[in-house]
Amino acid sequence: MIKVWKVEVAVVGGGAAGMAAAAAAAREGASVLLLERNTCLGGVLDQCIHPGFGLHRYKEELTGPEFAFRLHTELEKARVEVAFSHTVINVNPQKPEILAVGPNGLVRVQAKAVVWACGAWERPLGHLLIPGTRPAGIFTAGLAQRLVNIHGLLPGRRVLILGSGDIGLIMARRFHLEGAEVVGVAEIKPFPGGLLRNVRQCLEDYGIPLFLRTTVSEIHGRDRLTGVTLVEVDEQGKTIPGTERFIKVDTLVLSVGLIPEIRLLEGFLSCDHVQRGPRVNSFWQTEHPWLFVVGNALVVFDLVDTVAAVGEEAGRFAARFACGEMQGEPCVPLKRGQNVAALVPQAFIPGEPARLFLRVIRPFPKARVKISPVYSKVHLGLRPAEMVEIRLSSEATAELQRCSEATVEVHPQ
Amino acid sequence: MRAVVIGAGVVGALIARELCRYDLTVLLFERELEVGFGVTKANSAIVHAGFHDEPGTLRARFCVKGNAFYPKLCEELGVPFRRTGAYVLALHAQEVPELERLLAQGEKNGVPGLEIQRTEEILAREPKVNPKIVAGLWAPTVGVTEPWALAQAAVENALLNGLELHLAEKVQTIEVKNGCVKGIKTDVGFYAAEIVVNAAGLFADQVARMAGLDVPEIRPRRGQYILLEGETNIHSVLFPCPTPKSKGILVVPSVDGNLLLGPTAEDVDDKADTTTTQEGLQQVREGAKRLVPDLDFSRAIKSFAGLRPETAAADFWVGPTKIRGFYQAGAMRSPGLTAAPAIARFLVHEVIATEWHLSPRNWNPRRVPPPRVADLSPEEWDELIRQDPRFGRIVCFCNLVTEGEVVEAIRRGARTIDGIKLRTRAGFGRCQGGFCTDKLLLILARELGKGAEDIKLKSERSPIVIGPVRP
Repeated sequence: MIKVWKVEVAVVGGGAAGMAAAAAAAREGASVLLLERNTCLGGVLDQCIHPGFGLHRYKEELTGPEFAFRLHTELEKARVEVAFSHTVINVNPQKPEILAVGPNGLVRVQAKAVVWACGAWERPLGHLLIPGTRPAGIFTAGLAQRLVNIHGLLPGRRVLILGSGDIGLIMARRFHLEGAEVVGVAEIKPFPGGLLRNVRQCLEDYGIPLFLRTTVSEIHGRDRLTGVTLVEVDEQGKTIPGTERFIKVDTLVLSVGLIPEIRLLEGFLSCDHVQRGPRVNSFWQTEHPWLFVVGNALVVFDLVDTVAAVGEEAGRFAARFACGEMQGEPCVPLKRGQNVAALVPQAFIPGEPARLFLRVIRPFPKARVKISPVYSKVHLGLRPAEMVEIRLSSEATAELQRCSEATVEVHPQ
Repeated sequence: MRAVVIGAGVVGALIARELCRYDLTVLLFERELEVGFGVTKANSAIVHAGFHDEPGTLRARFCVKGNAFYPKLCEELGVPFRRTGAYVLALHAQEVPELERLLAQGEKNGVPGLEIQRTEEILAREPKVNPKIVAGLWAPTVGVTEPWALAQAAVENALLNGLELHLAEKVQTIEVKNGCVKGIKTDVGFYAAEIVVNAAGLFADQVARMAGLDVPEIRPRRGQYILLEGETNIHSVLFPCPTPKSKGILVVPSVDGNLLLGPTAEDVDDKADTTTTQEGLQQVREGAKRLVPDLDFSRAIKSFAGLRPETAAADFWVGPTKIRGFYQAGAMRSPGLTAAPAIARFLVHEVIATEWHLSPRNWNPRRVPPPRVADLSPEEWDELIRQDPRFGRIVCFCNLVTEGEVVEAIRRGARTIDGIKLRTRAGFGRCQGGFCTDKLLLILARELGKGAEDIKLKSERSPIVIGPVRP
């Protein structure tokens, strides 16, 4: 017989978003169960041993594990029950019921609200369809980070990083510090994908070159990687013939994008085609009002502090929903306008305050962000790597109710 | 009496399995680290009907027979097999005579159930197919399997029946005296044998020459593939009209619910040249889109290439040779996978056993497949975890593979990351090993009593890591 656990709020995933959500829901007075597939909490924070976390939330600079420890302490204070080594394998599309597998068997968790906080997965080499061989020595940045920081194993001696996402930049520095030779970071776009501070602190401080408008066009090596061909690309991202150069490396590290982990929800949720996460309202509810999605499972955030803040908000709403204080609310859709890439939420509840997060499609030294007729403001130094946060008051969202929908736009100034 | 089989691909593995039915000592040699790591590892994985092959060829004869053996064989060995049926699609009126030619050819070869269907009928069954098609040849007996799984399962079953398996061992010479085989010499030592079967895939020409035979060269013909993730509502294998060189770029619903596109057909010089190219992958994209216009290439999870062992005569080498005791099962280009079970039976029972008056012995045809939690009901899985908690520890989240399954795969012979992947599907999913490679590495190291730096991806010189960060 499969065990049944009953709880008011079930949180799936014990990273920053899930821990913050679980602690907040418990503080609201709900009974909370947090399901974590690993043997410890923290999610990806555990392998992020570099500093730079917590500046907003805790007003000090912490490493990933330290940040996770702070949240863990909050969880313990709030008396959240944690089921370690439990992986969710099924979510019931009709009701808040999930099936998880653990070391003692399967468990059916019957809840009143579910918070999905499963993070993201990394785009692998296979998705890029790069020609050449399929040798050993190719790693996603997160896998390389786990090998080095958790297992103490060095993947290789001469490394090229493809893609300048934050984890790629961080890993360039890590490899350098561990004595490997980092020949450079190749980025297909004309600007870096990661935070400016990481470009400075991970590459420039160590003299690691960043090759912009450059990508890998061929992979060499039958058994283990022997090298890659780099090629330059034009404005349209098309390779420029004649710019190929062979670089001898035994390791290729990929930092070419994160994709929200929502495999088990894909069958019954509508997703945002840009960021590939589910569509939610400003309470972080999906079209199934009992299902909340937070953290990188929703959209890839830039800072863990933001992830924790949003998780906390969703945890509170989930607790209220579980106690019957809140239903599925009527929403006004929020549309993506000019120059907007990632955007959450995709709808807001009129008369309730809302927090919006967006990324621009390319850098703008100066641009006006507009949500007619309630928000219009000039922002300086907008970059795709950094999220823009916009807060709308309850008065502003009430006013937008008269429109049948709202659009967020970015206009270069 | 001792029999040696050279090459543990799907052909050699099935031959070794059949040989174990007789009172013989059977030895199987493989140069790679694991079974099925050669041609068997990268091909279309299709069990063909037999209408593509000219009547009178060994290909035609063994393909139709082999196809008929598949359901029972896969059931005995616990290997996935699904009869999907297939369409050869005509995209314009000029191609319809080609369908008629294939139909007539298939019927002559004894292929059951062939019929030409009209557009509406095809679109009713396969709504994603290009609406411009004018007709299609329907072949109900076509199916899909996992070739590497079949090779592994055949070897496991043969081991139960007394097989001696030699992996990572390369045959260097074949000893022949007075026109009779005496044995083989490998990089490890000499093995006396009266019977030697050459199932060396791409290298069958080199092996035949070791025995002093004058054989045509085997040339690798490369096929590039793209794998798309997920069920896309395509049920049958889809072929274009064939060319003299190949069956064309196909769309294949794989047994594990993905979509395989390809292969190209390019003659290359090097028997290890499994590189993909920009042009090749483009050709796969375009070819597949001709059959199914709205394929979503953002769902691509992998591209790879395989090699077909081709010869000028374009037909299999099957049977005895002028050297007594030396037999061939080589040049197994398409439909080699389909033909393999029929060739194994023919060669072992009708040729070798007859010639040597072999006497049968007790033989167990079955192999119990390893547990696969993804295929169990929740209640069955729950029960399995109670027996062994390792089946409750998930290693690969994409394809739901547990530590219990990985350990079992190692117990059955997996030695490499790719070996685990092919046996369990861990790392075969959308994240392509991003979450499980490190776990597989550590489990392999632990179970084999090795250091992490000794664990390989696929071959002797393909380590995953170089060692500890600080020695």
